[in-house]
Order: sequence, then structure tokens, then C-alpha cells
Amino acid sequence: MANVIRDDIIEYVGILAKLELSQEEKETAKEDMGRMLDYIDKLNELDTDGVEPMSHVFSMNNVFRDDVVSNGDDRENILKNAPKQKDGAFKVPRTVD
Amino acid sequence: MRILELSALELGKRIREREISAVEATEAVLERIREKEPSIHAYVTVDEEGALKRAGEVQRGIEDGRFTGPLAGVPVAVKDNLCTKGLRTTCSSRILYNFVPTYTAQAVENLERAGAVIVGKTNMDEFAMGSTTETSAYGVTRNPWNTDHVPGGSSGGSCAAVAAEECFYALGSDTGGSIRQPGSFCGVTGIKPTYGTVSRYGLIAYGSSLDQIGPVGKTVSDCAAVLEAIASYDKKDSTSIPRKDLDFTAALENDVKGMRIGLPRDYFGEGLDYEVREAVLEAADVLRKKGALVEEFDLSLVEYAVPAYYVIASAEASSNLSRFDGVKYGLRAKDYEGLHEMYKKSRSEGFGPEVKRRIMLGAFVLSSGYYDAYYLKALRIKALIKQAFDRAFAQYDVILGPTAPTTAPRLGESLKDPLKMYLGDIYTISVNLAGLPGMTVPWGKDKKGLPIGVQLIGDCFEEKKMIRAGYTLEQAKEGR
Amino acid sequence: MGRQYETVIGLEVHVELATKTKIFCGCSTEFGGAPNTHTCPVCTGMPGSLPVLNRQVVEYAMAVGLAANCQINQYCKFDRKNYFYPDNPQNYQISQLYLPICHDGWIEIDTPSGPKKIGIHEIHMEEDAGKLIHDEWEDCSLVDYNRSGVPLIEIVSEPDMRNADEVMAYLEKLRMMIQYLGASDCKLQEGSMRADVNLSVRKAGALELGTRTEMKNLNSFKAIARAIEGERKRQIERIEDGKKVIQETRRWDDNKENSYPMRSKEDAQDYRYFPDPDLMPVVISREWIEEIRSRQPEMQPEKIRRYQEEFKIPEYDARILTSSKHMAWLFEEAAAACGKPKEVSNWLMVEAMRLLKEHDQAPEDLCFSPVNLAGLINLVDRGMINRTVAKTVFEEIFAHDTDPEIYVEEKGLKIVNDQGALEKAAEEVIRANPQSVKDYLGGKEKAIGFLVGQTMRAMKGKGDPGMVNKIVKELLTKQER
Repeated sequence: MANVIRDDIIEYVGILAKLELSQEEKETAKEDMGRMLDYIDKLNELDTDGVEPMSHVFSMNNVFRDDVVSNGDDRENILKNAPKQKDGAFKVPRTVD
Repeated sequence: MRILELSALELGKRIREREISAVEATEAVLERIREKEPSIHAYVTVDEEGALKRAGEVQRGIEDGRFTGPLAGVPVAVKDNLCTKGLRTTCSSRILYNFVPTYTAQAVENLERAGAVIVGKTNMDEFAMGSTTETSAYGVTRNPWNTDHVPGGSSGGSCAAVAAEECFYALGSDTGGSIRQPGSFCGVTGIKPTYGTVSRYGLIAYGSSLDQIGPVGKTVSDCAAVLEAIASYDKKDSTSIPRKDLDFTAALENDVKGMRIGLPRDYFGEGLDYEVREAVLEAADVLRKKGALVEEFDLSLVEYAVPAYYVIASAEASSNLSRFDGVKYGLRAKDYEGLHEMYKKSRSEGFGPEVKRRIMLGAFVLSSGYYDAYYLKALRIKALIKQAFDRAFAQYDVILGPTAPTTAPRLGESLKDPLKMYLGDIYTISVNLAGLPGMTVPWGKDKKGLPIGVQLIGDCFEEKKMIRAGYTLEQAKEGR
Repeated sequence: MGRQYETVIGLEVHVELATKTKIFCGCSTEFGGAPNTHTCPVCTGMPGSLPVLNRQVVEYAMAVGLAANCQINQYCKFDRKNYFYPDNPQNYQISQLYLPICHDGWIEIDTPSGPKKIGIHEIHMEEDAGKLIHDEWEDCSLVDYNRSGVPLIEIVSEPDMRNADEVMAYLEKLRMMIQYLGASDCKLQEGSMRADVNLSVRKAGALELGTRTEMKNLNSFKAIARAIEGERKRQIERIEDGKKVIQETRRWDDNKENSYPMRSKEDAQDYRYFPDPDLMPVVISREWIEEIRSRQPEMQPEKIRRYQEEFKIPEYDARILTSSKHMAWLFEEAAAACGKPKEVSNWLMVEAMRLLKEHDQAPEDLCFSPVNLAGLINLVDRGMINRTVAKTVFEEIFAHDTDPEIYVEEKGLKIVNDQGALEKAAEEVIRANPQSVKDYLGGKEKAIGFLVGQTMRAMKGKGDPGMVNKIVKELLTKQER
């Protein structure tokens, strides 16, 4: 494998993706990601100098809505799936302040 | 006559002519589901009560003239990544095990307006990540042709349900081949429309720039009719495209005279199963005999589509799936100390291995120092792939090739080697990168009795040419 | 020791735009409201929901950019900024990194050493986050998404400021400009204007910039000034102690007058920006820019010039009258209603400013109608009330927006010019104050002032001052004989 994923990289990616991995999962993840990146490195065979990155396939633009209120109070629905709620709000562990 | 053998349009006609009622059709489907589900498991949720109630309402609507369309009263199955108000929507993930949407996806709403009866939500690879429907948190779906084999994925539940006559047609979604590949494995027809044709509002996103909703059906005609019903310009989806040519059923003509059809040599190389190859070449012959100009050409860049796709789709997925955090809906871990542990535990318990694999890859390719080398590089390759198709469509009306390199593999084989599984999407993925319409049409079976599909690819907004070629093929097969 | 160091400050100012709806959905932006009552699937990050851009947001951002002498990016895009926090329902914020709507502008501020240009690096559009309420009873936090998706522009300055005074001048200028445009009300208390301070120090004369920190949670102009002083001291102390300043985000605690590092090890500060695939680019034509430019209201510099020319108001006064859009409006309306711009200017400059200061209020807080101020000026002009009474009436207008005609009528404050009544009052005063009369007759001219004053007092201030003066003088002359 050309791409060797170190422990600290998997640790870092875990922080970014907010995932907690077991030691075994980490080992598999290192292996999998290394192999995927080796495969993705194939893209470097192509010279893309001067090629604009293409985000959207079609060149549509200026998709707007008018500044008109169209929604009313929908709190009951919005909170329907909340794992925990209190006083009309989503309840979460205390955030650092 | 067995009700279940009818196509969606045939059933719709008989319902309109009062030969069969919507309730009878729904009861027949529910009975079939009870019979087949233990061995197939195409559904995550079956809504018996809701479906029967709805069938009664639609029947009354047909009788008093409110529903007049070709699909009124016909039972449909909906992939479990499309939001359905009041009906659990899980994306086949544990993290959404209890999620009940408070609104309905635009495509589904369009179907409801056409008088559709939703019987349930179909199984899929978790968050549409996979090609076998084995990554579902709710168990694998089996191929109705041989239950030791996978149905393909990610819309494996939708395709298996249609193939097993557990519904008359279904909705799927296609990000890299997720309608066409399982369609091919299950011997059914499926269309992935031009990006922007069907509103994505209410489709739980995987790769937003690639995702499209499309129909799965028993026939090309059914798929054209369903696509006509679900396609709409939607102001709630900024990527929705206003089109005037949504009358796809007008393209159901048994005629390809003068149509220029290209066979990409690159699609017939290493890795392609011999029997699949022979089937596609036979289909090409049939079209040639019907008057099409069929010739081989070099598409180029085919081997770069899969790696580019995995960078783009994983990057978008890592961001799209960050909203699943245990705060607003879905699973929240039971024990946690503080906010960040709640996030980590909820997500680690909620997501399966394939989803974790892709969101970690996605987070990595976007992270500081790698964005240019991976993400921007992939977007540049995407531009080159689009150019290659533009050149092809300057010469050809439609491209013909295999949908997948093989027929359905056995259960358990694919997940052992993810990279090999990813390569199974080599013929379908570039279509999504270029935003093109593509479809799969069943074309015979291999020696094992497993279905083979051929793929037709059209230029952007040229679904009609593709549908005409597909319909012609289908008619030729029936005539044989 | 501080003198050998120069402070270098750049500002990131967030302004909530005055749109009726949020940036990506049709929910109301109205302030207040019970938690989560102004929310929908889009601004709460429900699965499957999609954003659609509010056109007015683009127009306000362009208006501010043009007023700040910026270049408009004719092709701009939205990017996702990825980070986990409960006030951010999607766990990414839709913002602009790669192609913001405006860039490379400037704003001129006044400093003791003359006018100074502060560079604007860029202005970008983004969505606001929800609000976290800390529940002390249960030791948890509650999330309210009413503010989630409210449109913001972030105005990023160049590191061109050198002290708190310049920062204040810049913020005041920015606030006034945006209020003039009607793009925001810029209320710091309600959070519709917020500033983050990027600050570094370097040895005086050094060319390279020092390591900067970013300070957040600055809720008032005073807090900003204190935070600048506090952070400057902290950085200098570290350097003097031979330690390094760490590039980090710090949270200012105004009660403790100290700042603290904000991030834990759980945050990587790697936002993985990438173009949002759910939104299409914004393409801004020349014509659109010109249309916005032509709709720009008259701004302060033009007003100052016009006030001098049209109303013959001195520059200093014109500057104060136009220091807030509201005051300028009051002035112009009242001047038009009574036709006496100089009088209007006097009332606003002297009495209104005095009362504002007494009540610790800003010009935007002036809540009377210009018609009532004009009415008061007309009453004085027509000789209906005298200046002393007029001041009392103005206080009434200031506090309750009272109609002066009705008030004066009801309270019986009209000038008394009845010769008989005035003579009677003056006679009594003269009789009661023989000493003053004696003084006057003895040559102390000033004593007449006291007698006139007493007569006015007896008339409860309503006497026509000219007449009273004349009558007192005549009566005294009679006494002399």
C-alpha cells in the first residue's frame, strides 16, 4: 500500500466525523482508507491542468425565492422526533460556556 | 387472469374500467407480501392499514372523477430514503430507526396526486451506500430469482419487490447506479433521469450532486408513465430544472430507424462477464436489424469514473450525514458524558461499517491539506468525463452497453472486498457524474438463471430517445 | 512598557439583515417568539429538506458592498462550513469562503490625526445559528432554532486599526452606513450586529505582523473597548515573559474582564469547506449592480453637503444631524413641515441632544413625530408661547410625542399680552420689593432684571417678556417722579 494511514490520522478523522472507533475498527479503517486512497491516486494519471473543477453539471444560476413569509408556527411537528425536549426546545447535554 | 401479473399500466386501465378495484389490487399485493416477505425481505415497513384505507379513498376518487390518470389506484412501493409524512422512514439505518417524517417528498406527493397507493417502504443499502442491499441495518434483501443471491443495490428492496410481484412498480434513487444495477440483477426496468428532472426535496441526501429519484417497473412503458408522473419543476429544490418535455410516454414507439447508437469499446474490456457481453451484443444486433446505425467507439476515461465518484460522493455524504447527531431526531445513545460523547456514541451506534467507511473517507478528502489534491482533482476529472460524453453525444443519439459487469453475486461475497464491489458500478457511475439519463432493460438470463440487463444512456434531457430504444428492445424480446 | 508595542486590529462584523424571511426558507425573522415557533424542516435540518436563496439577501449584501466601495464578485457561490455544535442544525453552516459576494473595499473614519481609510477585505453572506439556553435546574442546554437561518453578512476588515478609538469609529461608521441603507437595524443588544476582534501586537516599527487571536462574545461597544485593552495587555505580558502568543479563538468575559480559550480538543478547527451542491451560483450582471446603485439612498456625506447648501446649516451641525438616519429624517420632515430648518436644527442640536444624554439614549431612540416639533416651532414663531414655555413643551413632546397645540391649550400656557393683567402683576411685585426699587432708582440698573423675573414668575412664565419689560420700566419711571 502506497498510502499508509497512521494512527493519528484515523484519530483526527474520527474527531472530524464524530465517530468513536474500537481498536479493531481503527485497524480496519486504516487498511480500508489506505487501499481506497491508493485507488483514488489513479486520478493523478490524468493531467488536469487548466481544467475548471465542475461542481454542478448544468450552468444554471440565480435560483431565488422572494422575501415573503410562507411558514407559520410548526413547532409541534418540528419537535415530534426529538429524542429529548423541554419547554418547546431540543434538550442537549450542557454546552461548554 | 392473475392481478399480480399485470403491469402497472394494465392494472391502472382495468381499475379505470371498473374491472378491478383499487382495494382488490391492494389486497392482492398485501397477500403476496405476506407470502414472499419471509424469503425476500424487500420491505422495511409495510403499511397494511394505511394502504387499504388509501385504496378505498382512491377508489372513491376514481368513481367520482377526481383521479383519472393511468396510475390511479395502482399499489406502489417507495424506497426508504424518501420522506413519507406519518410513515417511518429509516434509510435502512439504525440512526433513523424511529424517524417519522412530518412532510412528504415532492416526488411521492406527485405520485399521490396521481392516485398512487403506497403499500410500504423498501429496504436499501444503509443511506444508499452499497451495491447489494446487504448493508441495511434491517437485514438483507434476497434476489427473487435465486434467494442465495443479492438483489443488487442500493435500491435492492424496490427492485426485488417489483420482481417478486410484491408491488406493481416502485420508486428508487440512483447516485452511482442504485436503480440500474439492482434493476439488472432483478430482471426489471429502471430509469435514472437527467439530474434535476425529479425534485430531490424529501429525498434524504447521500451525494447531493449525483442523487436522482427514478422509477422501477416491470416494463419500459410503466417506467415512462411513472417518470412522467413524478417529474416536476420544484421551487423547493434549487437544482430542479424547468422542462417542457416531460411527456415521456410519447416516446413509447417501436422504432429506431436511423437512430445512431454507440457501443463504447471501453465497456467491453476486462472484468465483463462473457454471458453479459454476449447478451449486450445480441441486443445491439436486434437494434441494428430494426434500422438503427450501431457502431463501436472509444468513450475514454471509463476507469477514472469510479475513483472520482468515491471522492465526490463520500465528501458530500460526510457533510450530508453530519445532521444525524442525536439532537433533533433519530437515535441518541443511552449513556454519555457531555455533548461530544453524545455525538460520538450516537453516531457510532447508529451508523453501520460501510457508512462509517465513506464518511471518514469524505471527511479526509475535504480536510485541510487534502482538499485540492483529492476533492478539486475529482471535480476536474468529472469535467473531463462530462466532455467525453459531450463528444460521444455529438455522434450518437444513445449509448448502449452492459448495466453491470456480472449478474447478481451470491450473498456475502461482495462486502469481503469493498473495492471490488465498487468496481461493479463501473458502467453506471459516470452517468451520474455527467448528470445524464440512463436506464436498464432486462435482456435474458445467464446459465444460472439470473437476469442480465442492458444499459441505455442518453444525452442530458434526451430521455425520450433512450426510452424509444428501450421500448423497441422490449418489444423485440416479447416478439421472440 | 506598552508604549514600545503597536496594536494591530482587524474586525469581523456580523450584521443580521432586515429581511422578512430567513436566508434559505420562508420562516419569519421576527425577533423574540417562543422557542422554535419560527422554524420549518429547512432551518431545523430535517432530513431531505433543501435550501433556496432569498433574493433580498443578495441585494442587501450588494448595497452594503457598494456603500463600502467594494468590488462585487459577479460570480459568487455558497460553501458549507462543517463543524458540530447543537445551535447548527445541519452541523454545517452555509457560508461563502471561496467566492464571497464583495471584496476589496474601504470605509473612511475620522481620527485625531485626520481621516483614515480602513480596508474591507471581503463581505460574505451566511446563515445565523440558533440559540442555546442554559438550564441551570437540569444542568442541560436547550436549543431554539428561531434564529437559525436568519441572514447575516460578515464584513471582514483589513488589519488596519491601531487602537480602540479607531475600532469604535469604524463600528459607528459601519453601523450608520448600514442603517442608512436600511439593510439592518444594527442593534448590538439584540445581537443584530456583532463584532469579533482579531488582535495582535508587534514591536513599534516592526514590519511583520505578530500572532493574532480572535475574540468573540463582545456584546457592546464598551465590552469591545475593554476586550481590546485586556487582550493587548495579555499579549504584551506573554511576549515580555518570553512566551509565545498562540493563534486561537478566545471568549471575552466582560464581567471578569478576561478572555479564555474557546475550543476543546474535540474540535479540530478544520471546517472542510466545499461548494454547497444544493445551491446554484449567483451571477450578478452589470445591470443588476447599476440598479442597486441607483436605488442607494442619499448617504451622510451627500446629506452634509446638501444641508449646508440648501438649509445654510453649518458643517458641524449638519454632521451631527446626519449622524443617524433617523435624526436626519426627523430634521428633514420637520423642516419641510414648518419651513424653518435652522429652528429645527437648533431644537435637535440643543434640547434633543441634552435630553438624550440625560436619558442615556441614542438618536435612534427619538420617538416623536416631526410634525409635533414643527408645530412647536410654529407656536413660538407666531408668538403664541415664549421660549421658556416652549422648552417645557418640547420635553413633553420628547417624552410622550404630544401635540403641542392641544397641550398648550389644555394647560393654558399661551402668552398673556393683556396689558391690564400684566400691569397688575408688576404693580404687586414693585410694591412687595421696595429695596429693589430703591436700588434701581439709586442707579443699579441690574435690579430691574429681578423685578421683571418676579413678574414673569407671577405670570407663571406665560407673560410676553417684551411687554413685561416695558411695563416694569414704565412703572419704575412713574415711581421716580
